[in-house]
Amino acid sequence: MNEKPEQPKKPKKEKIPRQKMAEQDPRARIQNFDEVPYGFTEDQAKLEASRCLQCKKSKCRDGCPVDIDIPAFLKLIQEGEFIGAARKIKEQNALPAICGRVCPQEEQCEKLCLVGKKDQPVSIGYLERFAADFERNSGKIFLPAKRPPTGKRVAVVGSGPAGLTVAGELIKLGHQVTIFEALHKTGGVLVYGIPEFRLPKAVVQAEVDYLKAQGVEIQTSAVVGQSVTVDELLRDGFDAVFIGTGAGLPMFMNVPGENLNGVYSANEYLTRSNLMKAYLFPQYDTPIIKGKRVAVIGGGNVAMDSARTALRLGADKSMIIYRRSRVEMPARVDEVEHAEEEGVEFHLLTLPLEIKGDERGYVKSMICQKMELGEPDQSGRRRPVPIKGSEYEIAVDTVVVAIGNNPNPLVPKTTPDIQLHKWGGIVADEETGKTSKDAVYAGGDIVTGAATVILAMGAGKKAARAIHKQLTGEDLTPPQPSGGKDNAEE
Amino acid sequence: MGRKVVHKEQLAPNVIRMLVEAPEIAKKHRAGQFIVLRINETGERIPLTVADADVVKGTITLIFQVVGKTTMLLRDVPVGGEILDLVGPLGTPTHVENFGTAACVCGGIGTAPLYPIAKALKQAGNKVISIVGAQKASLLILEEEMQAVSSVLHISTDDGSKGFHGLVTDVLKKILDSGEKVDYIIAIGPLPMMKAVANTTRPYGVRTMVSLNSIMIDGTGMCGGCRVMVDGQRKFTCVDGPEFDGHQVDFDNLGARLKTYREMEERSRKEYEEHLCRLQPAAS
Repeated sequence: MNEKPEQPKKPKKEKIPRQKMAEQDPRARIQNFDEVPYGFTEDQAKLEASRCLQCKKSKCRDGCPVDIDIPAFLKLIQEGEFIGAARKIKEQNALPAICGRVCPQEEQCEKLCLVGKKDQPVSIGYLERFAADFERNSGKIFLPAKRPPTGKRVAVVGSGPAGLTVAGELIKLGHQVTIFEALHKTGGVLVYGIPEFRLPKAVVQAEVDYLKAQGVEIQTSAVVGQSVTVDELLRDGFDAVFIGTGAGLPMFMNVPGENLNGVYSANEYLTRSNLMKAYLFPQYDTPIIKGKRVAVIGGGNVAMDSARTALRLGADKSMIIYRRSRVEMPARVDEVEHAEEEGVEFHLLTLPLEIKGDERGYVKSMICQKMELGEPDQSGRRRPVPIKGSEYEIAVDTVVVAIGNNPNPLVPKTTPDIQLHKWGGIVADEETGKTSKDAVYAGGDIVTGAATVILAMGAGKKAARAIHKQLTGEDLTPPQPSGGKDNAEE
Repeated sequence: MGRKVVHKEQLAPNVIRMLVEAPEIAKKHRAGQFIVLRINETGERIPLTVADADVVKGTITLIFQVVGKTTMLLRDVPVGGEILDLVGPLGTPTHVENFGTAACVCGGIGTAPLYPIAKALKQAGNKVISIVGAQKASLLILEEEMQAVSSVLHISTDDGSKGFHGLVTDVLKKILDSGEKVDYIIAIGPLPMMKAVANTTRPYGVRTMVSLNSIMIDGTGMCGGCRVMVDGQRKFTCVDGPEFDGHQVDFDNLGARLKTYREMEERSRKEYEEHLCRLQPAAS
């Protein structure tokens, strides 16, 4: 193989700036729940794709947890072969329209893009989204070739990104797949957590329909751990079980006042709004407090989603309260920028100490303390240290706690012989998803703790290969590309 | 996949008993567990305790009081009609063993969830003393059923129209004072009643369980809306409960939380009532 990047293609070409997607105006968009970016036009997509250097040894690909052949699909876009590009992505990634929207590309593929060394990297994420949307809107959804039936049955617990990926991979390989979803709707965090304005539900539905069209069976309102246990699934004829139940038990801060009316976990706040459509109350029956002054605790994507949801629910003031500084915020750059454009206030280096309520038990204010950054802690991020005497009170009527989740206990509790981490998550092999229990695999947040959609999908993919190997003996693991594990750093 | 309503009857004013087809839930259900349902596409998800299950017919029994829009909608699902989503059984089943003498105290609609527990306690060999309370005689439900699973049945009504004239706690206190050794108490009913029972039994040191009806969405631990403080610890009613040690529950906080959406619920209820009126203008 040729080691050097391709030379002849680069005769001093005119510098094309990184293309931007047109977006809804911030003032307009906080009045609705519609998606914010409109996506690339065809011309924009071609132009942006032409920025790719088509490196022979593509670093970007190393940064992708599901190993998409990025240069190949970018080339197809450049050539106007948009559907071909979508299919190229789908060889490796079953959910491109979702990943194009929610992946932290700046930490993955785009971080390693060679163009990004001197200029802004190629917008790989926007292009992934473009190709997937183009294919979906064309109606020319292509069903991948399916292998002959193996007669093997696999149960997938949870229909979030990990579960959907496992199902998508295994159905192609000829296995029978049944997904068990606790909620009434399929998609897990993609439908209850991530808001419409960031990930339209129709996009998720299209991906779910795609799996169904391939023969994946989906049982909603089926709670594994309650309606049926993992052992029962194995006894009832499933040859393997994949657990992708996510990180489903919200954490709280343990400060006084956290049980006042108007204090929500981000899970509850977003579920009411997204899944139950409480923003359409009273046409929809689920209520939600439409706070005027909303404080969201946390600095991740879920916090940004909550703060932006608050604006759309009619808040005059929506604040992010985060105890570290801006650089430590785990949210995607796009989300932070969007939140800022929309007028979300950032109260950084700020720690909530107490939530105060009125005589009826509703939130009325919050006591906060200013912090400064000290020495790096275990995560390598500088530890926030409280500044004495810096306490102050902010008037708020709604508080959303978005500081993460503990693993959902239902499956671990009812699967006594499965090995758990101290924090309650399931222990699973990083390469195969194998748990301590025979024929049982796990992946996603239930194994890693709260992480990203794409990491859950990466885990799902590996688990699917391992399940396939258990069922058929065939090893589909691709030969390790050099430097293939580049996202070890958090 | 909807769930078919196969039977519906009124047990008392605004109290409905409904049988719903749910064979796998009927098979799995144990005393103390609940389901979450959503009636239609625009509906909210609400938890309801399973009052009984028939494994042979594949049905579960729901008994509910009509208090707001969702329970009105549920009341108005015709026999043969469907409930859009129904999931369960959820929650941790009641811990049932032979305690010796068990007192089952219930008020109003609380009799519905208590009945399967009383039945299970009886089957486990307990002497079951039941105290069933209501505002007035016409609001008493499941009297015969409770009679059948109780060693002793006490009835009390606030207005004295049947049985003891007074509160269930008065009856309970008399029993405790009579020297009868009670080993275990479970109380299910309106929050103030459960709080009163817990306060009544505390000086006697008798273990007293209560079953909480917090606000829930998913019912599987995800939303955290059902959180309640028990002995200073945060618990999720849906997965840790619904039963907790009544001596440890922060009833006042739970009471306040249950009122979170009162105004919005009131609005929904009124709008639905008006909607029903418009449907039947000729009724007068």
